[in-house]
Amino acid sequence: MSDLTHTPDLSLTDRITGALSRVTPGRIIVTLLLLLGAWLMVFPFLWMVSSSLKPTSEVFDSDFTLWPKTFAGWQNYYDVLVTQPYLRYLTNSMIVCVGILVVQLATAVPAAYALAKLKFRGSTILLGTVIACLTVPINVTSIPIYLGLVKAGLLDTYLSMMFPFLVSVFAIFLFRQFFRAYPDSIIQAARVDGFTEIEIVLRLILPAAVPAAAAFSVFSFVSHWNDLYWPLIVVQSQEKMTATLSMMQYKSTFDINYGRTFAAATVVTVPMLLVFLFARRAFVRGITMSGVKG
Amino acid sequence: MARLTLTDIKKSFGETQVLKGISLDVQDGEFLSLVGASGCGKSTLLRIISGLETADSGRIEIDGVAVDQATPKARNVALVFQDYALYPHMSVAQNMAMPLVMGRLPMRARLPGAKWVTPGHAQTRREIAAKVQQVAEQLRIAHLLDRRPAALSGGQRQRVALGRALVRDPSLFLMDEPLSNLDAKLRVEVRREIVELHRKSGLTFVYVTHDQVEAMTMSDRVALLQEGHLLQVGPPGALYGDPASIDVARFIGSPEVNLLPVRAVAGGLQLAGQALPVASGQPEGTDLMLGIRPEAIRLAGSGTGPSFGLQVVRHGVEDLGGELVVHGALAHAPDVALRLRVQKAPDASAPLHLPETFAAEVPVGAVLLFGAGGQRLAVGQGASLRTEVPA
Repeated sequence: MSDLTHTPDLSLTDRITGALSRVTPGRIIVTLLLLLGAWLMVFPFLWMVSSSLKPTSEVFDSDFTLWPKTFAGWQNYYDVLVTQPYLRYLTNSMIVCVGILVVQLATAVPAAYALAKLKFRGSTILLGTVIACLTVPINVTSIPIYLGLVKAGLLDTYLSMMFPFLVSVFAIFLFRQFFRAYPDSIIQAARVDGFTEIEIVLRLILPAAVPAAAAFSVFSFVSHWNDLYWPLIVVQSQEKMTATLSMMQYKSTFDINYGRTFAAATVVTVPMLLVFLFARRAFVRGITMSGVKG
Repeated sequence: MARLTLTDIKKSFGETQVLKGISLDVQDGEFLSLVGASGCGKSTLLRIISGLETADSGRIEIDGVAVDQATPKARNVALVFQDYALYPHMSVAQNMAMPLVMGRLPMRARLPGAKWVTPGHAQTRREIAAKVQQVAEQLRIAHLLDRRPAALSGGQRQRVALGRALVRDPSLFLMDEPLSNLDAKLRVEVRREIVELHRKSGLTFVYVTHDQVEAMTMSDRVALLQEGHLLQVGPPGALYGDPASIDVARFIGSPEVNLLPVRAVAGGLQLAGQALPVASGQPEGTDLMLGIRPEAIRLAGSGTGPSFGLQVVRHGVEDLGGELVVHGALAHAPDVALRLRVQKAPDASAPLHLPETFAAEVPVGAVLLFGAGGQRLAVGQGASLRTEVPA
């Protein structure tokens, strides 16, 4: 409550009446709708956490309880964190995600600057190509890329896990939209002052593009952290397994331990929640400023 | 310090030809204003001089050296932008130091954090800081050095932009409408400061503006551009008093010059049936334009010398304090509009009263005569010194 509305000499009953007077049918409906939406978003997570504390037999019990009747939490989490090289998987995921993100930023920022601010022959066609590439899904290119990696003998390496994602068309497009709003006169002033084009990008435009970079980093990190498809194709050994991929291990032909799978899922999800919480403000600003929705 | 020579500069954007062959010579230490209506190509010309744009054809020389292919940095020109174009995330001191950092430090010493890794450049860094401090004091912004541009007022940002241009000791000082974002009072103040700056620094200034008052008050010479052509280059007084063409006369001067359609007759001119004792030397029956500056029309009997009279109907009066701007028309030809500037008496205790219709007179020596094509014509003394005003 701001200082304006909060006057200390107001009596308790006055304040309750004041609060009630702001309750209108419209507000009630809006609040209920928002609560419903929030519940739809949050429930799967609650279900995941709740199931991770249950033995497999109870996960699909018809009478669902949030708190398990038989507490199997210790066992499930022990199996995930201790009996498996979970730290190894986490490190693998980290290496792949950071590697992808660094190369994506290093390629997308100069490309986006060129498309947004430099005048050159064919720039419109190049931009059109970039936008067209947004529509090509990974599934289309995965077989040729896979065959290439096999020929190069690169299967089961970090490079093979990052390779298809090193250049992000979405990043180029997002940054271009962001850079376009940067005043031309500042860039011209920099040229007169003796900046090279690369220095214009690094010293002037990038500092202004931090929100966009944060937004994109969250996109990129989350999607590659959660990626199951590509690691499943190129990873063969347990050494190179990512955290998400490691969840597949609990599934065998004869038996699925759902309690443990949910415990693993919980552990895999937590780092992403932390990333988002830290970058949330910059993330929201980046999305709203660039006018691009992910 | 530099002399700038432009030879036949042409520039097109797509189909539109913006500059149609500009040749201009700016002397060392001169303050030259490029003035013209918006869209006349003056900013493009400035960008071409700075190196931000390249001309389609023509030659640019600074001190006799062709710089057409040189980068803006190599030309050592300073450019002050209309919106100041300060680097938003840098402090004032960093903003001002940038041209020197870029000019004097090698690339590896400019990297972030290089200050701690390359101690070899400490001397240069100290010199840069000292120069920034000195220029900041000269411009009275030393107390703002730690601030970000967003925390400055318009006038302060303007000074920082000037400072950033000054620190590098440029050979040419280019300004693109630097005052147009300031309020009226501040504009006059900064105008004086820029003139002072020019006087002290002795640098060659090229100043782009659409405001003729700025051009007239600040510059040694004014170059008037219109639709990609250079109409006239000369001292401000010459453009005003001795315009080369009707377009120059029309652009320079506020309120605008009175342009009256006249016809050459034997021994003078004819203005809406009234004979004027102004010899044009043109064949009889030629249609001409007579230009009279608003202040050249005075109340009848208030001056001496050869003149002719006009009977004026008053329509509206703008009181500017020290003078009146009167909008009216010729009494016997109401479609011929006239603007007058009438000085008030210094002891303005009695308000100057103009009747509905009053007699005015114009000294013959003060009129400007233009041919049908807009070219300036010489004016001589007509047959009779004083003509009777028709009733």
